[in-house]
Amino acid sequence: MRHVLSIMVENRPGVLGRVVGLFSRRGYNIDSLSVGTSEDVRYSRITVSLQGDERVVEQIQKQLAKLIDVQDVTELEPEHAIYRELCLVKVEATAAARPDIFNVSTVFHANIIDVSTKTITVELTGDLMKINAFIELMKPYGILEIARTGLTAISRGGK
Amino acid sequence: MQLSGAEILLECLIEQGTDTIFGYPGGSVLPIYDALYKYSDKINHYLTSHEQGASHAADGYARSTGKVGVCLATSGPGATNLVTGIATAYMDSSPIVAITGNVPVPMLGKDSFQEVDTTGITMPITKHNFIVKDVADLADTIRRAFHIARSGRPGPVLVDIPKDVATAECQFSAKTPAPALRESTRVTPQQLNEAAELIHAAKKPLIYAGGGIIAGDSTAELVEFAKILEAPVCVSAMGIGGFPASDPHSVGMIGMHGTAASNTLATECDFLIAIGARFSDRVISNAKRFAPSAKVLHIDIDPAEINKNIGTTFSLVGDVKKILSLLIPLLQKIDRAEWTSRVAELKQKFPPGYKESGLLQPQYVIQRLSALAADKAIFVTEVGQHQMWSCHYLKIDRPRQFLTSGGLGTMGFGLGAAIGAAVANPGTPVINIAGDGCFRMNHIELATAVEYELPLIEVIINNHALGMVRQWQTMFYDRRYSQTSLHGKTTDFIKLAEAYGATPFNVTKPAEVDDAIKKALALGKPCVINCEISEDERVFPMVPPGAGIDEYILEGGA
Repeated sequence: MRHVLSIMVENRPGVLGRVVGLFSRRGYNIDSLSVGTSEDVRYSRITVSLQGDERVVEQIQKQLAKLIDVQDVTELEPEHAIYRELCLVKVEATAAARPDIFNVSTVFHANIIDVSTKTITVELTGDLMKINAFIELMKPYGILEIARTGLTAISRGGK
Repeated sequence: MQLSGAEILLECLIEQGTDTIFGYPGGSVLPIYDALYKYSDKINHYLTSHEQGASHAADGYARSTGKVGVCLATSGPGATNLVTGIATAYMDSSPIVAITGNVPVPMLGKDSFQEVDTTGITMPITKHNFIVKDVADLADTIRRAFHIARSGRPGPVLVDIPKDVATAECQFSAKTPAPALRESTRVTPQQLNEAAELIHAAKKPLIYAGGGIIAGDSTAELVEFAKILEAPVCVSAMGIGGFPASDPHSVGMIGMHGTAASNTLATECDFLIAIGARFSDRVISNAKRFAPSAKVLHIDIDPAEINKNIGTTFSLVGDVKKILSLLIPLLQKIDRAEWTSRVAELKQKFPPGYKESGLLQPQYVIQRLSALAADKAIFVTEVGQHQMWSCHYLKIDRPRQFLTSGGLGTMGFGLGAAIGAAVANPGTPVINIAGDGCFRMNHIELATAVEYELPLIEVIINNHALGMVRQWQTMFYDRRYSQTSLHGKTTDFIKLAEAYGATPFNVTKPAEVDDAIKKALALGKPCVINCEISEDERVFPMVPPGAGIDEYILEGGA
C-alpha cells in the first residue's frame, strides 16, 4: 500500500543524505521523493511516497523522527491530503498528429510548453492516476522523454 | 576572550566535565595537539598505539562510568580507524564524542592528502555528526554534540573540524552545560494503570532486561520490581550487571547462548516484560518461535524499538528508571506458586556447569577470575567463545562492571575498552578476557597500558583457533575447518608480553590458575595471563541458527 510522508527537516547541507541514507540502509523502498523550501525558512519539506504495510511505515516514521535534523514527520493520508506531481512529456508529433495531442492535453488541463517540427512538449500537474492516464494516451504517438518531479503533498483544510 | 578553534574545543571539553581524552596525532589535528600541550594541566591525553584503540578506550571509559568518552584523531586514515569503535559504541548505545581533524575548508572535496568524507562515512554509525566550517559555530557544536551523546538513548556523536577552523580565532565565553534530557515523551497515569492491570493478569511473567537498565541507572528499581512480581529475570549480554547475578530471581542470559532456564521460561511464559532491551536477533533467534504464548510489555526510552523486531501488546516509552518507579507502587503481590516452582525446577535441572576434562578449561579459568576478583574488578571481554563463557561464568552483581561488545561483536574491542575503564576508575583492577584471535588484533595497546601503568590484566583464553567460528564449523559445516586454525602462527605471547613490558604468566594446568590471578592482581600493573586450552572446547547451550530459542543444544547433545 502506498503511504505519503511529509518530513520537515532543518535547512542544512547533508540533511537529504541522512534521510535517503536511512531509507537505503534499513531497506525501505522509496517510490518518489521531492524536496523544497517550506513556509518556514529554517526548514525544508521532504515528501516521500513509499510502499509498505502499517508496521513498516510506523517503523520508518519512528526512525526518521530519531534523526536530529528531522523536525517533524507526518503521514498524509489520501482522504485528508492533496497529492500533486508535475510531469513534462515530450511526444513525437507529426503535423497530422498535432491536433489530437492538443485535444487530449486540453481535456487534461495540460499546457503545451514547446512545439517543434517533430515534437510537442506538454506540462501536466495532477495526482498519480491522472498523470499515468495521460502518459498512456500519449504512448501511441511515441514518447521521447518523460521528466517527473515526484509527488508533493499538503494536508487539507485548516490543520 | 579571543581564542583559537583548537583552544575553544578544549575549553568546551572542560566545560562539559571532560578531563580525559584518548587520541592519536596527525597533520590535520596539529593545532589541536598544540593547544593540548598548553592545556596539559587540565586535560589528560592518553596516546594509544592506533586510533581504533582510542575509540574503544573512549567507549570503555563511557561504559564503565556513564560519562561521555572522548577520542581524537586526525583526518583520513585517522578518522577511518575510528570507524569500528564508533560503530561498536553506536550498536551498544554508548555515549562517546569523536573529534576528527580534516583538511582546511578550501581543500575539502579536492581529494586532498589525507582527506576523506568523514561525516559521510560515519553518518549511519553515529547518533549525529557535524562538520564545522566556521569557528564561530564551533563552541555550540561541541556543546550540542555532548548533549546529543548523553540525552535519551545515548550514542556516539562525531565532530569533524577542518584544520583552518582549529587555527581561526573568535570570541569565546563559557556556558553551563545543559542537563541531559532523559526522555522526550511522558507516560500517562492511564498507561501505567493499564500496564499494571496486564501485569496483574499474568500467570507466568518473565522479565527480560537489557543494556537500557544500565544506561538508565535503574538496577535498584528493577530489583524491586522483580521482587514484587516474584518474576524470574533474564538478561541480554548487554544487560549483564544490570540485574545482580546473585539475586534469587536471576535466571541468567537469554538467547543463542542463553541458559536453558531462560530460554525455556521465555518459551513458556504468558507475559514478557522487556525493559531497556531491543529484541536483538541474538536474543530472539527465530522470531516466530520466540515467546509464542506471551503478551509483551515493552518499556524503553527509544520509541523506534517498539514493534521493531517483535510485536508488542503494550508499551511504555520513556526513562526506564522513572517508569519503573511509577509502576512499582501500582503493583500488588500475586501468588503465582505454580510458576515460581517451575522456575525453581528449571534452575535446579540446568545448573551452570560443564564437563570436566581434567585439563585446563576456559570455564574454570573464568570461574576463578570471578571468585578471586569479582568483588573489586571490572571485567571486559573481546568477542567469541571466551565472551560467552564470561557471560555465563562471571558472577556480575554491579552495573558497569561487565563491558562487552554486544551489538557489533567487535573482535579487538576489549583491550582498548579495558584501558578506557582503567583510566576512568583509578585503583580498580580491570581484567580483559580475550581469545587468542582477538588478542592478535589489537595487542598493540598493551604498550599503552604499560606506558600509563594501568592495573590491567589481559587473560588470553588461548585455544590456538578462532574458536567460535570453529565451533560453528564443527556443528554446522561438517568439521571443515576453513582458516580457523591459528597453530601456524607461532607468536610467543609470553615473549610478546615481555617485549611490551607487561608481566607474563603462562598457565597450562588448573592448579596454576589461582596463583597467576592472585599474583597479577597483587602486582597492580599490566599483566598477561596466557591460558592454554583445548581447541575443542565449545560454548553450550547453543541455539542453532534459525531454530527457536527452546531448541537449544546442551553439552553432549551434538
